[in-house]
This record gives sequence, structure tokens and C-alpha cells, in this order.
Amino acid sequence: MRIPTPLQSYTGAADINVAVPVLAPELPPTLGGVLAALDGAYPGIRFRMIDEQGHVRPHIKLFIDQALTRDIRAPIPTGATVMIVAALSGG
Amino acid sequence: MPRTKKAARPAAARRIRLLIATRKGLWTLTSDLARNAWKLAGPHFLGHTVHHVIGDPRDGKTLLAAARTGHLGPTVFRSLDNGKTWKEAAKPPAFTEGGGRVVDHTFWLTPGHASESGTWYAGTSPQGLFRSVDGGATWEGVAGFNQHPKRKAWCGGDQDGTPDGPKLHSILVDPRDPKHLYVGMSSGGVFESTDAGGDWRPLNQGVRADFQPDPNAEYGHDPHCVRLAAGHPDRLYQQNHCGIFRIDRPNDRWQEIGDTMPKAVGYVGFPMVVHPRDPDTLWVFPMDGTSVWPRTSPGGRPAVYRSRDGGRSWKRQDQGLPKAQAWWTVKRQAMTADTRDPAGLYLGTTSGEIWGSRDEGRTFRCLARHLPQIYAVEAG
Repeated sequence: MRIPTPLQSYTGAADINVAVPVLAPELPPTLGGVLAALDGAYPGIRFRMIDEQGHVRPHIKLFIDQALTRDIRAPIPTGATVMIVAALSGG
Repeated sequence: MPRTKKAARPAAARRIRLLIATRKGLWTLTSDLARNAWKLAGPHFLGHTVHHVIGDPRDGKTLLAAARTGHLGPTVFRSLDNGKTWKEAAKPPAFTEGGGRVVDHTFWLTPGHASESGTWYAGTSPQGLFRSVDGGATWEGVAGFNQHPKRKAWCGGDQDGTPDGPKLHSILVDPRDPKHLYVGMSSGGVFESTDAGGDWRPLNQGVRADFQPDPNAEYGHDPHCVRLAAGHPDRLYQQNHCGIFRIDRPNDRWQEIGDTMPKAVGYVGFPMVVHPRDPDTLWVFPMDGTSVWPRTSPGGRPAVYRSRDGGRSWKRQDQGLPKAQAWWTVKRQAMTADTRDPAGLYLGTTSGEIWGSRDEGRTFRCLARHLPQIYAVEAG
């Protein structure tokens, strides 16, 4: 995973690996599962990105490899990179 | 007037520390024993929007800070060593999953009753009430408010309300009874619970809501700041969008006290501070509420107005403050008093200055400048 600077206070690094259990080959992990695993390793980080209704917060962008998604049910292919971008303009 | 609860004793000569919450982080400003020399320290949480930071008077060492950033969701940070180190709450205030509502930011923090160590209350934007019983580590919604069948009627929609989002603020705990609570909401009005938040009722009679079709409606008002009088918890004061008011319980009707303010200054403002020992003494900081509501100091000449008779009369206090071309204002959490005798009075401005008085507002001087926009100031 690639972590943006606003969230590196949790991870201490920009690039991290997250292990996500795969229950069955036909059931790939989802973005939500990856974020849950991330939160397990770095408690509190998920809520800064995902609100209590499961929606990606307005100024957070999530990419699975090159594809932008706002759906935390999106499947994650084996070996994929999840990139988190904190996008905000203004003073 | 009768006093039903002993007011705070004057604090012995000791240093005063101001906790300064800003749009870009937290700073502290600490005095010498004479409150003459001040030392600025910080920032903590640089880049975070810090809406409120306050200490726990019950243990003298716990601080809670309500923070978020432009990108990241809202959270609460805790310090158990007076601000030396901070740790994020394991479960910050958040609405019930599946309920559709989202906390944008935690706006207000209040330590609980003296008999309930570890209990804290938090008010959020949009309007929500949360409670922690473990010193701010984990928070649960107060269901009696957040899920009250009339909450939406009281508060309006989550997208309605003030420019920075509708807020639940001014969480007040009766020092005689931990179950007796008040909250203020912009918008919504003042509400009271006598069962620790299980049920609530509006307490807005006598307060105008000039922006509503019915200015005398039961709810939907816009209190900006509500305070309990020191040593006399049956008395509350409120700086409202539409005036300044006082109530003496068990009466249910507020009495207007802002109509004695000078007409050229008006009765509009955000903050209100009560004297730490005298329930008849309070301060307000007027702002321009004419025409399009510039929300600046009226005429660019900032001043505090003090009443020593429960709001029957007011005296302008501006000695030391800029005499002209000072267009800042003071937000609802950004004026506070210490408990020394004479009490110190402190203003945090939208232009990033701290002004202080160590003689109850008779004279002011600038204690710090060039900070980000100041959202809240607490003295400890």
C-alpha cells in the first residue's frame, strides 16, 4: 500500500505491506478488507479515511493499481497495490 | 442574590496556561506568577484544525483535543501528562453505523461531573452528543439525544445551519446533579435533560428566533454560547444570534438582557464568559450583526462589554485594545477567564492574536500574535 503523508503518523512509512486472509480463491479480498487489516495494524487509521457509514471521505482518493474507486466492496487482485491519496486544495 | 453552590475560590498566585486551539494546530501560552510575562509554546498537531482543547479539573493532568484535518476525518487526542504526550482516542465520536449521519468534526468538549471521574461529553457538527466514561479513550453516542424522535425537528437537516456546519455546543453539567444537563445547538436552541441524557426538552421560551416564521417557536433557535453562573447553577446566561438572555431556574422563561446594550454596538456576538465567583458578573464580545452580518468588531473598534448586575447594565471595556481598523472578532469558544483574583480575561481573535487582561477587563494587552485563526481558548 502507498500511504500519503497525512496518514504516515500512523504507519511511519510511505510504502507498507498488508496481509489479508483469502478465504477462497473465488472470494478475493475487498478494499474494505484491506482497510480493515490496515486498521488492525495501525488502529484508528481507517476512520480518518472512511466515515461511520462506510463512505470514503470527500478528500480521500483510493486507487487499486491504476483504477480510482470509491467503493470499499471493490475486489483486490492478488499482489495489487492500493494507493491512498489525500487531495485537498486551499489555504 | 441567593447562591446555591459555593463559587470557585480564587486560585492562589500561580502560573496560568492558556490552551489555544486554532485552524492550524494547538499552542500554549504560559504566564509567570504575576501574569505579566507570557511564553508561547507549540505547535502541537500542526496543520490540524483544532476546534477545542480543555483540561480535566478533576485530575489536573488530562487534556482532550478535538481535531481533524482538511483531508482526514475527525478524532480526539488525549494527553494524560498535561500535554507532554498525546494519544489518539481508540474510538472517537461517530454516529451509529447504518444511521446515515456522519460526524464532520467534534466541536465541543466538557469534563463530566466532579463525582464521575473519567466521564466526558462531546458535541459535534452536525449536532450530536457523545459521552466517554474512560477519560476520552472511547466514545458512545448519547442515544437519548442522537436518536430522539424529535431530534430532526429540533435541529433541522445536517446540511442546514451555520456556515461551518450546525453544531452542538455549550454542554453544561449541573454541579449539584450529574444527571442534570443542558446543551446549546446552532441551530436548535437550548435543551435540558434531568436523566443523564435519556430524554430532553426544549428550553427556549422568551428567546426570539427572528429568522424563523414564528420568532417565538418552541425550538429552532440559535444560541451561540450558553454558560452557567459561577456558584449559582440555577442561573444561565446565553449569547444568542438574536440577543443576550438570562434565565433563573426553576423558571422556564429567558429574560432579555441585551436590550440595554448601546444601540450603536448591538447585542450580537459569539462568546460569553461568566465571572469565576460572582454570578452577577459576565462579559460579552459584540460583533457587527447589521446588514449582511460582517461579524467583525463593530466599526473596527473591538471591545468587551461587562455587566456586574446580571445584565441590567453594561460597561464598555476597551483600554489597551486597538482604537481603530481592527476588524477581527472572537469566536464562541475563544474568550475565557482564569480563577485568579482579580480574574484574568482572555480573547483569542480570528486574526490570530491573544489579548489578555489581568484586572477583569479594565486593561488589555496583546500577549501573542501571528497565530492562525483562533477557534478556542481555555485557561487552566
